[in-house]
Amino acid sequence: MSEVTRAEVCAVACAEAFRGDGEILASPFGTIPSIGARLARLTFEPDLVLTDGEAALMANTPAVTADHGDLVREAWLPYRRVFDVVWSGRRHVMMMASQLDRFGNQNISCIGDWRMPKAQLIGVRGSPGNTANHTTSYWIPGHTPRAIVGAVDMVSGIGYDRAASAPAAARFHEVRRVITNLAVLDFDTPDHALRLRSVHPGVSVDEVVAATGCELVVPPDVPVSREPTADELELIREVLDPTGARQGELPE
Amino acid sequence: MSDKRVGIDDMVGELRPGMTVGFGGWGSRRKPMAAVRAIVRAGIGDLTVVSYGGPDVGLLCAAGLVRKVVFGFVTLDSIALDPHFRAARQSGRIEAMEVDEGMFYLGLLAAAQRVPFLPTRAGLGSDVLRVNPDLRTVVSPYGDGEELVAMPALELDAAFVHCNRADHHGNGQFLGPDPFFDELFLGAARRRFVTAEQVVAPGRLLDEGPIQTVLVHRLQTDAVAEVPGGAHFTSCPPDYGRDEAFQRAYAKAAADPDTWRAFAERYLQVEETEYRKAVSAGVPAS
Repeated sequence: MSEVTRAEVCAVACAEAFRGDGEILASPFGTIPSIGARLARLTFEPDLVLTDGEAALMANTPAVTADHGDLVREAWLPYRRVFDVVWSGRRHVMMMASQLDRFGNQNISCIGDWRMPKAQLIGVRGSPGNTANHTTSYWIPGHTPRAIVGAVDMVSGIGYDRAASAPAAARFHEVRRVITNLAVLDFDTPDHALRLRSVHPGVSVDEVVAATGCELVVPPDVPVSREPTADELELIREVLDPTGARQGELPE
Repeated sequence: MSDKRVGIDDMVGELRPGMTVGFGGWGSRRKPMAAVRAIVRAGIGDLTVVSYGGPDVGLLCAAGLVRKVVFGFVTLDSIALDPHFRAARQSGRIEAMEVDEGMFYLGLLAAAQRVPFLPTRAGLGSDVLRVNPDLRTVVSPYGDGEELVAMPALELDAAFVHCNRADHHGNGQFLGPDPFFDELFLGAARRRFVTAEQVVAPGRLLDEGPIQTVLVHRLQTDAVAEVPGGAHFTSCPPDYGRDEAFQRAYAKAAADPDTWRAFAERYLQVEETEYRKAVSAGVPAS
């Protein structure tokens, strides 16, 4: 088999974020997180629940590029009922972030002053409610100092410092993992500040530090992100993404 | 039983400048676009638009009819961001109330239930509370003492939703996969307007789909209008998918004032029947 790509390492890192979740709704945004969640379900987290991207839960685990006709639906979950799941806490969302800061505050709303933004983005969407109600992870395919920043312009998803300021938000708050094109980050530090968990194969710690626009806790020994096993690689390449959509999201 | 059938322009004729108007659908999906076009034709402005935002928001912004948008997002789905809405926000032309999608849902629900607010964790700690200084929190009166966001009722002067089918009395049917929040928009509004691809005789909705698809009942409806293609260019499954070519032309029309003028002349300053003809003639190559 050909050499493992960065996109494949990232897919496995995304899968790992769902480890231990059991029977919850995994809501990945983006191609590589979608491959990751499906990979987790086909391997170590068989009870994960996934949506068809429309209004149903999906019983089978087809390729991320599969036609709607290839999906087997197991239950109805229109948008309105998604909130029942969000507020019940039985969900782990993996969102993207236009900006993310040192305590895990995320911005997808706008760049600049909210009253008259330099760039209007999509809006806060469900980020405030997601982060206050259930586990959240992030996927940042372009790890740069503009993406991981000192302070975000509009806190959409709340990080640890904001959660601490509102006890009812802290109660169910967990920002578990940040997977980027360079590394895996987490908040496993005494004050929940951003920490380097692993670097992807071929990436140096210095590169990650240089690409990070805020302070980053770097442990003395930083492991290398694990590569896919032979079985995982086969699942990614033959079953979950046979057309190579992952390379479109993360070119080599 | 009263026959609630009217024309789309009769519905829009009830609107006045300065009203708060809600639109059903979600993003670029099953939006009551014929109603939006009728509002543009009538030139009713100074509106507060309440929406799970798609091109309804962008089109009204581009037409200069919006004072304020209440939203959690605005997207065209296959095009991530609506350039008309972006231009309006980035020029500071419009006011905004930006809230979490779930807060938005609870705001409609509160209005529908005639309570002043509903409590939620959503929004706590986020800048949603910073940019909406009027939002308040509430402390649980029970032993837990939790302090939650008190999402205020989003009361609407009028709401428009587009169904696949409806009947003369205003029962409405969704044949696609997701009814979104349409019933809540109707519940939150003083005047409730349903448009449909087809309006059938009473009792005939069950020929179209099972009883569970008739989610809008006539207690929620003041008037109903048959408007084939009423969601165009957004999707309205199973009747039709999104008109992606048209949506691209809509997005490109944000490029400059001349492009917008040409788009508006061709598609917006005409009656709905002329609009349908212009659409079936195809999007001009650009």
